[in-house]
Amino acid sequence: MWRNRIAWRLWAGAVFLALFAGRSGAQTSNTCIDCHSSLDPPLQVTADKFTADIHAQKGLGCTGCHGGDPSDPSMDAMSKARGFRGKIDRKQIPALCGTCHANGDFMRQYNPSLRTDQLSQYGTSVHGKLLAKGDTRVAVCIDCHSVHDIRPSRDSRSTVHPLNVAQTCARCHADPEHMKGYSIPTDQFAKYNTSVHHDALVVRGDLSAPTCTTCHGNHGAAPPGVGAVHNVCSTCHVFQDQMFQKSTHKAAFQAANLPGCVTCHSNHGITHATDAKLEAGPQGVCMQCHKPGDSCDQARAAFLKGLTGLDEAIKDADRLLGVAESSGMEVSQARLEEDQARDDLTKARVTIHSFRKELVDQDIQAGLNVTAKSLQGAQAALAERDYRRKGLGISLIAILAVVAGLWLYIRQIEPKSPGVSHR
Amino acid sequence: MRSWLDERLGLDELLAPLREKSVPQHKLSHWYFLGGITLFLFAIQVCTGILLLLYYRPSAGEAFESVQYIMTRVQFGWLVRSIHSWAANLMIFTAFAHMFSVLFLRAYRKPRELTWLSGMILLFLALGFGFSGYLLPWNTLAFFATKVGTEITGQVPFIGHRTMIFLRGGEEVTGATLTRFFGFHVALLPGITTFLVLVHLLLVQKFGMSVPTSVEEKWRASPGEAKEMKFFPNFFLRELMAWYIALGVLGALAALSPWGLGTKADPFAPAPAGIKPEWYFLFMFQTLKLIPAKVWFLDGEVLGILLFGVAGLIWILLPFFDRKPGGRGRRMVLGAGIFAVAYILAMTVYGYVAK
Amino acid sequence: MPVEDSAPDKPKRRRLVELLLGGGLFASLSSFFYPVLRYLVPPQVPDLGGDEVVACKTGELKANGSKIFRFGSRPALLFMTADGEYHALSAVCTHLSCTVQYRSDLHEVWCACHNGLYDLTGRNVSGPPPRPLEAYQVHVRGDEVVVSRKRGA
Repeated sequence: MWRNRIAWRLWAGAVFLALFAGRSGAQTSNTCIDCHSSLDPPLQVTADKFTADIHAQKGLGCTGCHGGDPSDPSMDAMSKARGFRGKIDRKQIPALCGTCHANGDFMRQYNPSLRTDQLSQYGTSVHGKLLAKGDTRVAVCIDCHSVHDIRPSRDSRSTVHPLNVAQTCARCHADPEHMKGYSIPTDQFAKYNTSVHHDALVVRGDLSAPTCTTCHGNHGAAPPGVGAVHNVCSTCHVFQDQMFQKSTHKAAFQAANLPGCVTCHSNHGITHATDAKLEAGPQGVCMQCHKPGDSCDQARAAFLKGLTGLDEAIKDADRLLGVAESSGMEVSQARLEEDQARDDLTKARVTIHSFRKELVDQDIQAGLNVTAKSLQGAQAALAERDYRRKGLGISLIAILAVVAGLWLYIRQIEPKSPGVSHR
Repeated sequence: MRSWLDERLGLDELLAPLREKSVPQHKLSHWYFLGGITLFLFAIQVCTGILLLLYYRPSAGEAFESVQYIMTRVQFGWLVRSIHSWAANLMIFTAFAHMFSVLFLRAYRKPRELTWLSGMILLFLALGFGFSGYLLPWNTLAFFATKVGTEITGQVPFIGHRTMIFLRGGEEVTGATLTRFFGFHVALLPGITTFLVLVHLLLVQKFGMSVPTSVEEKWRASPGEAKEMKFFPNFFLRELMAWYIALGVLGALAALSPWGLGTKADPFAPAPAGIKPEWYFLFMFQTLKLIPAKVWFLDGEVLGILLFGVAGLIWILLPFFDRKPGGRGRRMVLGAGIFAVAYILAMTVYGYVAK
Repeated sequence: MPVEDSAPDKPKRRRLVELLLGGGLFASLSSFFYPVLRYLVPPQVPDLGGDEVVACKTGELKANGSKIFRFGSRPALLFMTADGEYHALSAVCTHLSCTVQYRSDLHEVWCACHNGLYDLTGRNVSGPPPRPLEAYQVHVRGDEVVVSRKRGA
């Protein structure tokens, strides 16, 4: 029992203080959260949610954006006199965020490597331009970055982490209700999810693969434009673009106002480009413009023949190598050549974009030469395997002869029964 | 020639007992072949092992490549290496079979207790050969099998950690482990084994072949029925047949199912999923996996190791449990033997089938 | 004592046994010793081709030149910088395993597949590659340029 009542009070007071002093974790004490955590949405902001916010972690509390008096637990804290701004009007959000984020001197105190041009970029974007005209349905900062639990983009739980960007954009762009009145389709997200880029990024986890913002920009989000699409793709797909720019198709596409790359490969639903693209049937892209039987159709058929021929040759060599390997033969040199041949096939597929037969044939021939070597290696391995089996057969016959001879010899020296002597 | 040697070495006198040596003949006498086959396979191991020594390099940087070299560039290197790997497995199998046949035929009875003892140590040495040899190609499977195996050794109370450091040549499995295992495999173990094999053979020579009790009783009742076969040439010719057939089997295995090499060990890569030791350790490994993490106050793995240790000790001392003919001891040993065979078989199969 | 077989069978039988045993033993023992004798003769290629490889001869490469060679079971890149120093890197791009190349115009290592760039020490500096290329050690031995794996753990 506490004998000293004064000591007990001091002790309780200290505990009380400790509990409440350590409450918010940030420098500012937060009576805002005290009330707002127990309210219903949309007014609800819980402490858990807010502690995840990068601004809260850096010391910028509720009042940094909303104004008011954080030390006052009563409703007076939210008076205009105390600078309370309430819910920020959507049209003013970019400017509000920009008061810090567009200020280089200010941001340097927190993260010197963060860019500070987001606001000016936003002004060039479709969203920014429409907002300036009074359309509040377009995206503003908080639509993509969330609000009250803003995480840096490198945090995998952030709405703007590369793995999550497409989902974030799709919240509006895949919602037909929301996009009513705008003249753009709403199937981009669905199409993107069928693409090789989605496969690389989300399924394989390759963070270098493109998402919406890689091609459209993030703050300055806008479509690249028909003439400029090929520049965007060529950031990674350099060779294809180089070949295309030197090809006959460049001028033709320009004249027809067709975008490079996208015309054949699509923009959002970019599926794995197979040799089927060169076919004459529905999967093929050439015949959408070209007439059957003309010189281009013939060239197309020649390309297809060359590519599928090399592909088949590689598959044949691979099959044979598989048989050799499963028989226990060592074929690493032949496998290396097979890899080289596959590289040549990839190269040939890239060279298609020059639309010049002699260049494509060069690569195909190189691939066929290497495949021939690989096939030779496989055949040599199988020949060696057969040689070993023959050798085994011969020695087994010899062994059998000895065993038979021994048995007969035993029979010879023990005609009646084994066990010649008795105890 | 023979008389020349005989004059100097007294060959006839030395070989005389061999001429008299005889092997009992009864319906169970085919089990007598197992010991000889194990010895023959050991001789094969020594020969192929010496041949492998001509090209193998025992360092972490070169071991894998040297085995690859043997398999691909050396003339018939694939044959020598595959025979070595297959014969190793066959030898351990026949060693176990030999031990169990001796157990069920009760050949460990007086005066052959020392033969049993030396044989049991030889069996453990064979397992040691298997464990040390397995690491030598320095491939992924071997690396992690050794890691797990020495880790388990480290769990033995009191002496475990020091033993593990002794085996590994350090705290972790590294090139030092490889060098050490190489030394065990080609020098230490062969030295001890050769000595013990000689002891074992001398003891077998001294006491002759044991006869199962039922047959013994029958022969005591009617001595006329007792049958013996001369070792030279009759039994020996039969052994030669068995050995030749074994050679054929080995050749076929080596040519039709060559031993694989896998990928070079990378100490920094994570262990491949579902790693398992070789089949002769599988029953112990599977048992350890099945024991719950904590039993009473003991760590599950430690309990498992201790159980196997006790089992091994009991096994070495088996002859001393069965001293009275027809007594309870005999039934206990028989029961233990049946249980052991069933358990090992079941656990090995389970270990293979389990993920 | 062996029972006497009838006289005409005996020599034939005996001869068959002798033939089987003698011929069989000779054939089987030859089939054992032939491989062993061949085994004892060292092969033409004495080096193990694993951790060490002769990439090329000195004089083959000029300054700012490069060569792709086989190291173990994967391709590797050997290049000579302007100061005459040899450098060797793994040629397997860390992005999607395409074979990289030395760009004499850029003085950097480039991957044609997705425009990845590495500096001359193998560090990934631009584009998709997530990790650097493994660097190898190069020694000049006589007139051979020998590439070996860096001694590590």
